[in-house]
Formats: sequence, C-alpha cells, structure tokens
Amino acid sequence: MLRIYCPHCAEYRDEEEFHYAGQAHIVRPADPDACTDKDWGAYLYFRKNPCGLHHELWSHAVGCRKFLKVIRDTLSYEIRESSPIGGKTAVELSLPPSMPPGSNDS
Amino acid sequence: MERYSGFGLIKHAIRHHENWQRAWRNPAPKKQYDIIIVGGGGHGLATAYYLAKEFGVTNVAVMEKGYLGGGNTGRNTTIVRSNYLWNESAHLYEHALQLWEGLSRDLNYNVMFSQRGVLNLGHTLQDMRDIRRRVNANRLNGIDGEVLDSTQVQKLVPILNCSEKSRYPVLGASWQPRGGVARHDAVAWGFARAADSLGVDLIQECEVTGFEIEDSRVRGVKTRRYGSIGARKVACVAAGNSGLLANLAGFELPIESHPLQALVSEPIKPVLHRVVMSNQVHGYISQSNKGDLVIGAGIDSYNGYGQRGSYPKIEQALAAIIELFPIFSRVPMNRQWGGTVDTTPDACPIIGESPVTNLFFNCGWGTGGFKATPGSGQVFAASLAGDEMHPLAKPFCLTRFYSGALIDEHGAAGVAH
Ligand SMILES: Cc1cc2nc3c(=O)[nH]c(=O)nc-3n(C[C@H](O)[C@H](O)[C@H](O)COP(=O)(O)OP(=O)(O)OC[C@H]3O[C@@H](n4cnc5c(N)ncnc54)[C@H](O)[C@@H]3O)c2cc1C
Repeated sequence: MLRIYCPHCAEYRDEEEFHYAGQAHIVRPADPDACTDKDWGAYLYFRKNPCGLHHELWSHAVGCRKFLKVIRDTLSYEIRESSPIGGKTAVELSLPPSMPPGSNDS
Repeated sequence: MERYSGFGLIKHAIRHHENWQRAWRNPAPKKQYDIIIVGGGGHGLATAYYLAKEFGVTNVAVMEKGYLGGGNTGRNTTIVRSNYLWNESAHLYEHALQLWEGLSRDLNYNVMFSQRGVLNLGHTLQDMRDIRRRVNANRLNGIDGEVLDSTQVQKLVPILNCSEKSRYPVLGASWQPRGGVARHDAVAWGFARAADSLGVDLIQECEVTGFEIEDSRVRGVKTRRYGSIGARKVACVAAGNSGLLANLAGFELPIESHPLQALVSEPIKPVLHRVVMSNQVHGYISQSNKGDLVIGAGIDSYNGYGQRGSYPKIEQALAAIIELFPIFSRVPMNRQWGGTVDTTPDACPIIGESPVTNLFFNCGWGTGGFKATPGSGQVFAASLAGDEMHPLAKPFCLTRFYSGALIDEHGAAGVAH
C-alpha cells in the first residue's frame, strides 16, 4: 500500500484515497491546426514509461479532490516527493536548467 | 530428441526415471545469427519454434535475461478464449485458438489445454446488451458463442451465486464452449523443447542491453554476458520491458507497464468446472487440475516494474470472488504474485516493424496475451521469414497510433484477460 503525502491536506494518506492520473507535464499542442498526424499521435498516445523515477499526477479523489504531482520510483515504488501542481519540486530544482522536467528518468 | 510417449514412460519407470534426456541444450551463443529473438517467454519461444518448423529458419537464438517462461508466461491465470469484439482481434485470437486445439500433439508435449468453456458474466442491462452484440459479432466471424440467461448460467456453474438479491445480480453471460485453460509452464517448456530440437539456440541468463545499429539498420544486439552478437533481423518479444528496449533503440512505444497480480488457493476437491470471468465486479477464476483456485486481480492503475502489486487490488479481486462464490469465503490462499504487463491505449498488441530497419516488435499484449501465444508466434514467424507482415498482424502495426486506426478492445472484449 502506498502512503501518499497530500500537499494540500498536509497529511500522509492511503493510496486508496487517491486516483492515479498518469504522466505529468503533458503539454497540449499550442497550435493544433499545425499538428501533423505524428504530433497528434505522440500527444494522445505516447507516454513516458521509465523503469526508475516517474513524474506523475494523482488526484486526492476522496479527500480534498485536488491534483498533486508525485515523483515515484517505478521499480521500488518509493515516493520521492509530492507537491502541488505548478510548483517546482526539489528533484526538479536540482536539475541542470537545460533539462525539462521528466527528462532525468533513469 | 527423444519423443515422449506412453511406452517411453513405462520404459523410464522401469529404470527409475534416471535416464531422461534434458529437455533442451544450454548452448553458448554463436557470433552471428539470421534472427535473434529478445525475450524467452511463450511468444518469443513460439516465434522461434514456428520459424524453424514452418519456415526452415533455424539459425535463430532466443535471448532471455532470466529463465525461460519466467516473465508473464509463468505468472498468468491461463485463460484462453477468442471471443473478442472487433474483426482484427477476433481473427487473430481465433487463429491462436485453432492452433491450441492441436498444440500438444504438434509439440509432442502435453500443454494440458482443457476446453472447459469460458463464461463472461453480465450484471447490468448494459452488460447484457454488450454481451449480445459481442456474441453476434463472434458468430459472424465463425467463432462459437451463446448468450445465456441466469438460469442457464446457474446450470453450468451450480456454486455460482445467481440470487436476485445479491449486490450485483448475475443477469446472464456470454458462453464460449471452446475456451478454457492450459498449463502455462508447459507451454513455455513445450515450445522451448521443440524449438531447441530443431536447432534454435536458447540462451538463458543473458540480458540484451542495447542494439548494434548502423544507418538506422539493426546489425545485432549487445549483451553483458557475451558482448555483441550479430543478426540480420532482431525481434523483441519482451512484454513489460518492451518500452525500455525501444528506448535503447532510440524510439518510444505507446506502452505503459503496470503490475498485475494473481493468487491461488490451497488445493480443494473439484468444484468449479468452467472458467468464470466478470468485468463488472472484476474478478476471474478457474480451478486448476491440481485443485487450486486460480484467481486473477486487476492491474494497478500506476506504472510499475516491480513484479508486485498492491493490497487494495487483492482485496477488490477477492471481494468480487466471494460475492460470486460465497462458498469460497473460507478457502485459504496459498500464494500471490505479480507480473509486469505491457498495456496499450487500445488494449491490443503491437506487432510489426519499428523505425529501425530489420528491428521488429511483438508486444503490448498487456493483461491478455497468453491465449494468443501460438497464434502470435506463428504470424510473427511468418512475418520475419518473409518480406512483409502476415495479413493477420498487419492491422496491429505501430503506425496505427498515428493514423488513428485503433482497434478498441477496451471493455469490448468482456474482461481484459
Ligand atoms: C497475473 C497475470 C494474469 C494474466 N492472466 C492472463 C490470462 O488469464 N489469459 C491471458 O491470455 N493472458 C493473461 N495474462 C497476460 C499474459 O501472461 C501475457 O500477455 C503473455 O504471457 C505475454 O507473453 P510474452 O512471451 O510476450 O511475455 P513474457 O512471458 O513476459 O516474456 C518476456 C520475456 O522477455 C524477457 N526480457 C525482458 N527484457 C529482456 C532483455 N532486455 N533481454 C533479454 N530478455 C528480456 C523477460 O525476462 C521475459 O521472460 C496475465 C498476466 C499476468 C501478469
């Protein structure tokens, strides 16, 4: 059972209170009309699937119902940190500036 | 290779079973192969077997990072059926089912394929509408199927709780009599033994850690144990690890790896003679020939490579089973385990070419690929031996995620296993 820290409620809660919402940082195409089939395919269906650190969204579905960002190891299932949407996490702040979030997945 | 037979069994019994031949060799790899298959699960081994047997391609190696059949093949709940909704998948799974029907004889290995019939229960009016639609589609594709009402279901499975008063009453089911179960390990071992006897090298404990690629054409694989090994074509059949292999070759697959669990009870007397699956309450169950109840859970929603899942998923699966079979409420469970399944956006496999020339993938079977093992191996072998993909495999190309021609079996296929 994962114990997930909800940054909004400021408490650790059981995994069952949360709903997994997939990879974080998916950017909707800025100019949809200019997208090729390849761009749309990538946006809709291709997700990061690292064996290691994964940046993901969860919603505190039966709690405060807010979304949060979690950095979790997909092999050990250990959660490194969780933070509100929008803010930078400590893991991200320690990245070199050229690296977009999520690209340090091992 | 020594053929297995009743006579041979008697002969060996007299000699106290001390002189059985090894089922396969354990060779060191050659420097160069025609085809290297990455992943020694059922699909990889079946591919190797059909390559050698039907297409005469025997200069083939299967590279397995652990032991043969130690991935999802040896961890699944072994349900075999072909009652999928859409033509593309129905044809592929039915092709596999027909191969299952002659497989033990073909391999000279008892895979214990038991056509005891599969029920997919319906608990709501919409379930029943979907079941009717699916059974009609199946029949149009020449696949056996019937819609049963709850009285007929009760007759087939007397211990099922068909009471109108239950929380999610059983309103009926789809029934595929030719569906059933097989012995998962025997499938891996049978294909391995038969492939080996035709000259295929099975290389165990040999993880593929990269590819030799020149001008975006694959030339071989890199391994930690034996260095680089050359090949004209490389075929990846690595289930939950497929995305990682694609990354090593420099591209992405639309696959997410999730934990999926199963559990077995202690052996009890024969009491459940059919396979029973329910999408709505989400549980599926059969009784093995040994007597244990084989129970499958749902996938964990999050990505995970740990080959273990969460307790809430076990609890949900068992709650569903107890709801359907109150008689099992005090059967102790013996073992529980997890696998890493490779799910795709449309719950259908990806079989075909990749952006790298001569590098092929057969993956994305997710929660339900065991039933396809012989069919998947056969069409993949035909594709690798020839110059283009087999017609049954073509719709499952990677490019469907760009063209939009998805084959949406999510939910359509009853329960996803
Ligand atoms: C709990 C559970 C229940 C299931 N129930 C059913 C069911 O009832 N019916 C059904 O039809 N399907 C079911 N499935 C799905 C089914 O098990 C799989 O779809 C199928 O077995 C996949 O076979 P495979 O040969 O492709 O993969 P696997 O058997 O997983 O084989 C892949 C192999 O590749 C190897 N490998 C990976 N990476 C590398 C590398 N880099 N180098 C070398 N080797 C590598 C792995 O070690 C593994 O042995 C279930 C799965 C699970 C986990």
